[in-house]
Amino acid sequence: MSLRADLKSIAQRIPEGARILDVGCGDGALMAWLEANKACDARGIELSRDGVNECLEKGLSVVQGDADMDLDNYPSDAFDVAVLSKTVQATRSPSAVLNNLLRIAPRAIVSFPNFGYWRVRLHLLLNGRMPVTETLPVSWHETPNIHLCTVHDFASLVDELGLSIAEVFEPGKDRPGAGPTLSWFNVRAREAVFDLKRRAGVVTSPNRG
Amino acid sequence: MEQSVGAAPEEIFGLNKRAVLATDAPLVLDSGQRLGPITVAYETYGALNDDASNAILLCHALTGDQYAASDHPVTGKPGWWARFVGPGKFIDTDRYCVICPNVLGSCMGSTGPAEINPQTNQSFGLDFPVITIADMVRAQALLIDYLGIETLFSVIGGSMGGMQVLEWCALFPERVFSAAPIAATARHSAQNIAFHEVGRQAILADPNFHNGRYLDHDVKPEKGLSVARMAAHITYMSETGLTERFGRQLQDRDGVTFGFDADFQIESYLRHQGFSFVDRFDANAYLYITRAMDYFDIAARHEGNLAAAFQGLKARVCVLSFTSDWLYPTAESQHVVRALNATGARVSFMEIESADGHDAFLLDTPDMVRILDGFLTSAAQARGLGS
Repeated sequence: MSLRADLKSIAQRIPEGARILDVGCGDGALMAWLEANKACDARGIELSRDGVNECLEKGLSVVQGDADMDLDNYPSDAFDVAVLSKTVQATRSPSAVLNNLLRIAPRAIVSFPNFGYWRVRLHLLLNGRMPVTETLPVSWHETPNIHLCTVHDFASLVDELGLSIAEVFEPGKDRPGAGPTLSWFNVRAREAVFDLKRRAGVVTSPNRG
Repeated sequence: MEQSVGAAPEEIFGLNKRAVLATDAPLVLDSGQRLGPITVAYETYGALNDDASNAILLCHALTGDQYAASDHPVTGKPGWWARFVGPGKFIDTDRYCVICPNVLGSCMGSTGPAEINPQTNQSFGLDFPVITIADMVRAQALLIDYLGIETLFSVIGGSMGGMQVLEWCALFPERVFSAAPIAATARHSAQNIAFHEVGRQAILADPNFHNGRYLDHDVKPEKGLSVARMAAHITYMSETGLTERFGRQLQDRDGVTFGFDADFQIESYLRHQGFSFVDRFDANAYLYITRAMDYFDIAARHEGNLAAAFQGLKARVCVLSFTSDWLYPTAESQHVVRALNATGARVSFMEIESADGHDAFLLDTPDMVRILDGFLTSAAQARGLGS
């Protein structure tokens, strides 16, 4: 079973046998791969009916729901790693979702399309219109992405929430890591993945509403 | 027909079976009353494997019965899930041993108000103790013991069948490997109770009811029972479904008759549903089973904390609801899913799009079939059942 490049770079960072919560799991490709190849115990949450249907047909344990509404119900430390793949920008409250992810698991891997990517900047600069790119394929009035952000924006939210960044990388790229500086990464990365963990001594509590 | 414990396996598996259970000690009911020995009538399809690890318990709905995949002895119609149970179907009887018992309190051979009370040698009538969904499940557990099965590979059911599935998860978590409650709820709502009360009052108001002793008078409260069925039947369908199927179409006439005949097709349809129901169902059984459903509230045993009821459940659970089901709406299934998630249970959930209302679980609903097929197949793999 081959895995999409962006999912592969997440999958290879997940330890054998880990308990995984994949929020916005889509068709369940990452979960299925982790269960088959790394003996993981994977659970998923997915909003789209088609996605849930595909997952359940594959025999995966997936709940139809969304990150804003349903994470509150999961107990603390129920998982080893929470994955939020290309979903955070579509949540109503990214900060509440991040807090919840790192309450449910000590580690969260979060990916999002980087609005600081040079092509996005250039598109806006030259055309004066909202960028439509490979990672942002839908026009402004149809996009579910209500909270787009850049690498810098995300990093400062992570800091505000008292979380720490274990690693930043671009999925599917051979060269791991963010490069020399975050500013350079913010220009260069079409999509960014943040590997987050709780900051020592900081206790996250479930947030409601 | 009746079998005792220790009978050869081939005699306790098959069609038209009856088991006499709770012979040593009576069943202690939720009401505190004791009932026993009891008879459980059941059907089985497919063979139990050597380590008894391939058994699926199918739980039927309010007016369902054990004839899940066999023709109904009274109506001659195919079983209520015959399209899904059989060789090569998603509940594959070449692979699984399917057991479908008639619930306690019903009227197709299991102990219920129409059966003879050994203490009086008359039918129980209203002397039958009020039972609960949990009592039904405890009786099923005795049957599973009798069949020599420790753990059920799966417990599956829709509507009241789904309530039994949830009760299995709460009462006997260690005996359930996987579970699929479909179009169900963990508690009866005020609206659910209200509709049942209308049905019961219709039965009780029938002059033929004779305080439940109608069998002694050789009559049946047919009017009352059929009105109960008509009212309930409306709750099983969606408004969209009714409009699509019947609209305002007239029944074999060109205009309204300015009378109280069944002018509209929907009236004629409901009357037919009501009248045909009385041939196959006992009015007292209808009272008792609707009461059991109304009393159903799993969380009540745990100070309202549903998650506490499912603590320690290891089973994989697949919860399904339907968009147009207003009897047990999706919110009720989500309530169950949230509780299961809170316990860390391995739960799946999907709201399936359908215009067929609550009855969608009985119909050929393709998404339901695909999902349950995937769910059972992966559970079978995890259970080490060969394909």
